[in-house]
Amino acid sequence: MKNNVENKKKIAITVSDLHITYRGLKKTSIRASWTKLKSRVELFPALKGVSFEVEEGKILGIIGKNGSGKSTMLRAIAGIFSPDKGMIDLHGGTVSLLSIGVGFNKKLTGKENIYLSGMLLGFSEEQIKAKEKEIIQFADIGDFINKPVKTYSSGMHSKLAFAITAILETDIMLIDEVLSVGDARFKEKSYNKMKELISDEHRTVLIVSHNLDTISSLCDEVLWINDGCLMKHGSVEEVLPEYKEFMEL
Amino acid sequence: MKKFFYNIRKYYKYAIYSAKAELKSEVADSYLNWLWWIIEPLCFMLIYTFVFGVVFDNNEKYFASFVFLGLTAWDFFNRMINGSVKLIINNRDLVTKVYIPKYILLLSKSFTYLFKMGISLGIAIVLMIFQHVPFTWHMLLCIPIFLVLYVLTFGVGLLLMHFGVTLNDLANFTNIGLKMVFYLSGVFYNISSKLSSNPQLVFLLLRVNPIAFCMNELRKVFLNQQLPSFEGLGVWLLIGIMLCSLGIHVIHKNENSYAKVI
Repeated sequence: MKNNVENKKKIAITVSDLHITYRGLKKTSIRASWTKLKSRVELFPALKGVSFEVEEGKILGIIGKNGSGKSTMLRAIAGIFSPDKGMIDLHGGTVSLLSIGVGFNKKLTGKENIYLSGMLLGFSEEQIKAKEKEIIQFADIGDFINKPVKTYSSGMHSKLAFAITAILETDIMLIDEVLSVGDARFKEKSYNKMKELISDEHRTVLIVSHNLDTISSLCDEVLWINDGCLMKHGSVEEVLPEYKEFMEL
Repeated sequence: MKKFFYNIRKYYKYAIYSAKAELKSEVADSYLNWLWWIIEPLCFMLIYTFVFGVVFDNNEKYFASFVFLGLTAWDFFNRMINGSVKLIINNRDLVTKVYIPKYILLLSKSFTYLFKMGISLGIAIVLMIFQHVPFTWHMLLCIPIFLVLYVLTFGVGLLLMHFGVTLNDLANFTNIGLKMVFYLSGVFYNISSKLSSNPQLVFLLLRVNPIAFCMNELRKVFLNQQLPSFEGLGVWLLIGIMLCSLGIHVIHKNENSYAKVI
């Protein structure tokens, strides 16, 4: 299957018939499980059979109203959730969900947290060491890099976090509404960095955003999800007007 | 199982690093810093030695060392059990944002506790020197005993970690359970000599309760220059391995759903 498409387009992500339901391990107390042994399990279908493919190097924007399952899908692709039905194939690529400050230990210095966070994303100590300078430079928080993270302002915190995930690159990047981080200068810088990362033709990027300007300026394709169902998947020009119309209603 | 070893290889560096980070952050803001790791067990030992050695008049040989060896093993077990129940919930940030095999969290936690147990054992050895306990090669046999203790505790911890995600009040139960095991394990009394009038009870307490068993074997090799019971160790090691495989299996099956619950 792979061979016949290899010369032109390589698929980076294949999602087929993805169902995710919130349920199963419902929180319970031991008493409750005694009194009503067969209690009704609350089911909440977050995604109901979404299928799509993304080619390598493409930038896919995901839009939809709040609670339509966008973040759930990103998390499923990142491997944090397992699909209840259907499957996700990343074709062997590494994936990271760009999220703010994963695994930070607030009592440790920024530098130590770079290692902690990087190793958590699956990088080796050597790989991080090679990139350490670049991260520190990009985060641009001065001497605070040697101070405990708890002394950081929230802006500095997100700057460091962004720098770590942005500089330690993976094949597939999943971005969940984090383009607006830090002050104006850093925002500009992170936006540019994001563009640079995204424009790498081997990197596949999925962006979730409510900001349609961001989507239209960065993305090649748009995926529109509504209430867990796929509404439309196509080019920016195709999908956005229809989505805008839909949201006006 | 193959997946387990693959994951361990992939993440053990993270586990070590995060264990180090946790130890560091634990003492980062205290005045006495890492001295607490020594002061704390030492103080508990003094309290127990005073209460049970002087007040309750215990004539056990090398009583302070006796208590301390018990505490060393007990503290490890106690911390692991307490730590594992709420482990996933306490790491909510991590669990909901990045994929990591969940037993790596427990592994990392266990490293910090192993480190503390090491310190505790060091103090115990110093104490034994003070009390002129004869040092013999028997003491080297503590290694398999600690191994059995670790494997068993890890297995129990894995299962508790899994059930702790969905059962809110599991922590209350383990608290009670731990208290009971604490008093039944003979941390500060010798099960065989205190209860010598009831050999069946002694047999039951020492054979059914793995912590009491490990403690007793530790004291045998350290204080009495005796060989540990190898068949006992073998049986408990087997049970421990079985618990671990069960725990790993359960976690592999369910770990991706944890993020949906917490």
